[in-house]
Amino acid sequence: MNKTINVTVNGTKHTLDVEPRLLLVHMIREVLNLTGTHIGCDTSSCGACTILLNGKSIKSCTVLAVQADGKSITTIEGLAPEGGPLHPLQEGFKENHGLHCGFCTPGMILRAHELLEKNPNPTEDEIRWGISGNLCRCTGYNNIVKAITWAGTKMRGEETPSTEPEFV
Amino acid sequence: MIAQSFQYESPGSLSEAISLLNKYGDDAKVLSGGHSLIPMMKLRLATPAYLIDINGIPGLSHISEDGGIVRIGALVREAEVEHSDLLAKHFPIFRDVTKLIADPQVRNMGTLGGNLAHGDAANDHPAVMLALRASVAITSAEGEREVPIDEFFFGFYMTAVQQGEILTEIRIPVPPNGTGSAYHKLERKVGDYATSGAAVQLTIGEMGVVTAVGIGLTNVNSVPLRAVRSEEALLGKPLSEETIALAAQYASEDCNPSADLRGSEEYKRHVTGVLVKRMIHKAAERALN
Repeated sequence: MNKTINVTVNGTKHTLDVEPRLLLVHMIREVLNLTGTHIGCDTSSCGACTILLNGKSIKSCTVLAVQADGKSITTIEGLAPEGGPLHPLQEGFKENHGLHCGFCTPGMILRAHELLEKNPNPTEDEIRWGISGNLCRCTGYNNIVKAITWAGTKMRGEETPSTEPEFV
Repeated sequence: MIAQSFQYESPGSLSEAISLLNKYGDDAKVLSGGHSLIPMMKLRLATPAYLIDINGIPGLSHISEDGGIVRIGALVREAEVEHSDLLAKHFPIFRDVTKLIADPQVRNMGTLGGNLAHGDAANDHPAVMLALRASVAITSAEGEREVPIDEFFFGFYMTAVQQGEILTEIRIPVPPNGTGSAYHKLERKVGDYATSGAAVQLTIGEMGVVTAVGIGLTNVNSVPLRAVRSEEALLGKPLSEETIALAAQYASEDCNPSADLRGSEEYKRHVTGVLVKRMIHKAAERALN
């Protein structure tokens, strides 16, 4: 028996008729066509499907769409207005080479979003623990940590460090 | 992976949830954080016909203290346990354990009540609750009953929670001054189940004598294991390298680990002894500060 749910996704209200077993990630990708949220492991290990549910980062492959009834969702598409300036996290990843293939990036950025909201000036150790539920198979994480640090600096209104490559 | 079809119910009160559980019997499962149940449903290891989502029930999300008891509502998330100042004040063990449970996103969903009600000896909170000598409130249509943690775990995925009942609160006695607690598990990577884990709470009185002690072990027995002989080796005696070594030895002898990808039985017994020893030291250090 289907259930009618009301969800606000990236500021837009939707009323959807969904099967209870529909996963939130499938609702986002296949019902709303927001394919920036990725499916990696499908077992809540890799973090590629991370979104914000009422501002908290969660893995949408392990939550049912019906559980989001009455709640608000932010996906990577909702972080910055279309055609407008990038969010500092997006800019940070771009400037610091925080991605190679890009598959983990949306989840990584949304996880970092909650991390910086709760802890605006995290240490490297806090960032590494903070993204411990997100796997990246390209970067070796160093540039992701740099990107999040850079975004934190910018969001605090401080001068961001140079992202010019260092030649040695 | 898609779960088998089920009917979804989201009751707005505890009594409504309990009447649904009575109506649907064994065909119903309670959905809390869902981070054990939903993966099992996706793998079709669990195929409930009815899913009773208790997340909309008010009054199950508190962390409070009264009359020497800390009360934790069944719907309190792991992330809330992790950042609770009240819990950190009395039980530093909660910061230790939550940091090692899965990852931040999973901790935003997963609940303490669900972690216990799942009845898995590989979960981390059962050993912690054994060490803290907690009890669990279970509510049914007849009212509420309180079950000491030592009578809560029956077997693999089996607990004292019976048909028509819901785990509603965890109660932990506030320990006296001079108490410290600590938890650590050996894991291969972030989010892994423990190769072995040890939870220790101890109270040190005059002349360094141990006046109360609880030791629980993770994932080295079919049910969460209280290290009874290890506790006896410490209780009523001044804490010394000798008594600690004996407690560690008893833990490695008394656990019943099975060999798997995480290691052989012998290795796990060894690790259990090492962890018990380290956590006694850490708990004692915290007790004295």
